[in-house]
Amino acid sequence: MFESFLENKNSWLNGKGPESNIIFSSRIRFARNLSNYHFPWKASIEEKEEILKEIFSFYKNIDLLKDAIFIDMKDLEDLDKQFLLERHIISQEFIGPSRGKGLILTLDEVISIMINEEDHLRMQIIKSGFDLKKAESLLNRIDDEFSKFFSFAFLSDLGYLTSCPTNVGTGLRVSCMLHLPALVLTRRINKVLDALSKISFTARGLFGEGTQNLGDFFQISNQNSLGLSEIEFIDNLSSVVKEIKEQELEARDLLLKKYRISLEDSVYRAYALLCNSRIMSSKEAFSHLSMLALGIDLNIIENIKRDVVNNLFIIIQPAHLQKLKKSILKEEERDYIRATILRERLTGFKRQ
Amino acid sequence: MLCDFCHKNIATIHLTELVGGKITEIHICSNCARSKASQINENIDISNFLEGFIEDLTKTDKTEAGYKCSNCGMSYLDFKKKGRFGCANCYISFKKLLLPLLRKIHGSTTHVGKVPKKIDKEVLYELRLKNLKVSLERAIQLEEYEEAAKIRDEIKKVEEKRKDV
Repeated sequence: MFESFLENKNSWLNGKGPESNIIFSSRIRFARNLSNYHFPWKASIEEKEEILKEIFSFYKNIDLLKDAIFIDMKDLEDLDKQFLLERHIISQEFIGPSRGKGLILTLDEVISIMINEEDHLRMQIIKSGFDLKKAESLLNRIDDEFSKFFSFAFLSDLGYLTSCPTNVGTGLRVSCMLHLPALVLTRRINKVLDALSKISFTARGLFGEGTQNLGDFFQISNQNSLGLSEIEFIDNLSSVVKEIKEQELEARDLLLKKYRISLEDSVYRAYALLCNSRIMSSKEAFSHLSMLALGIDLNIIENIKRDVVNNLFIIIQPAHLQKLKKSILKEEERDYIRATILRERLTGFKRQ
Repeated sequence: MLCDFCHKNIATIHLTELVGGKITEIHICSNCARSKASQINENIDISNFLEGFIEDLTKTDKTEAGYKCSNCGMSYLDFKKKGRFGCANCYISFKKLLLPLLRKIHGSTTHVGKVPKKIDKEVLYELRLKNLKVSLERAIQLEEYEEAAKIRDEIKKVEEKRKDV
């Protein structure tokens, strides 16, 4: 399943949206619960399957979802689940036991709705680049359509009720994925992260907790969900993200002006390793690709297109490699194939 | 004050722990805090995270901690262990205990965002009343007593209507 997604040029992963060199993607999600059922962790399998059925029989009425696919998670192989996780369509929590869990997904992968994750509905929009306004209006339309038909758990003073009290109120999480190699190289990133936590924003790695620094990607998101309107939360995050982008640009400028030789050295070394290695772990690949992307942004490397690198960030991940090769691969095999694909795509030279 | 761990940098994070009546203070610089934090298990458990918030609340009143949700039967202690509520009604059953917790997490206890399209009549009246009460307070603050009296009458009307539902 999902083979057609592998080289999906239209998806949010194409890295072609506004300001996408530094702000890779924008994401907004609402957490919603149906008022007459237990929250998913407390609900019985039968209850969850009933919720799935209700949502399944309704979602095609929503114009934006009429071409979307509905996936019963119990029908998916582990590899497919991992693949969706790597594409940020589902969460780590969603991967576990799958009975009573479902997913609605549009073919451009922009709209996805997890059913019976931590809450009955986790609806999310992911757009390429810095595009929170469009994401917000799209998500609101879907949420409104659902709420005309289903009665959501809601109290006038506390707002939308969620399984975990950290999401109550708007049920909103808004985040941007930023690529910040220059802030990492100049060690300014720690100051930025410190400042963020003081103003109630969280910075996490590519896949949430514990993946900090992988490829110099940082996911910046709001920590609170109650006390401000959706628009205010989104505007606050936007201004923070814009500020961080400025800081990254400043750091890039500094690298070019003061450390040009060592910067060029690092970029060319990364490029050389990517083009010549025979074995490469995903962690190592992420780190070299990050340097290469910086080198392209700063016109040090001119013969490689940025979107080739963006695509490599995605397809060198373990489940993606296995999908590409259509077989289950051990770690050592993956490291070999990863190195081969990197060489092929960056040098244009196909192995015979 | 210097960091308790590296004894080099200035401590910017100060923790006070109260265990069995004994107070311990830890002063730590941001560098050490970061390295300590990264040693912690990669998947931070939300219930552990919440426990920190909830601990002192339950300490203050043991009987309240035994409150049970009238719909799903979950107790406040269950919530403390799990970090999740069982159903929407838990929010009503535990409201008294919950408000200080929400203030700690979000710095607020009032939703000001969007409202579902389809909404219970009861909730609709509550919303209307909430808005009227905010306007009433504002009118009183601005010493617009004529306006305040109008709003007060409106509140009475809505409250009566709500009784009829």
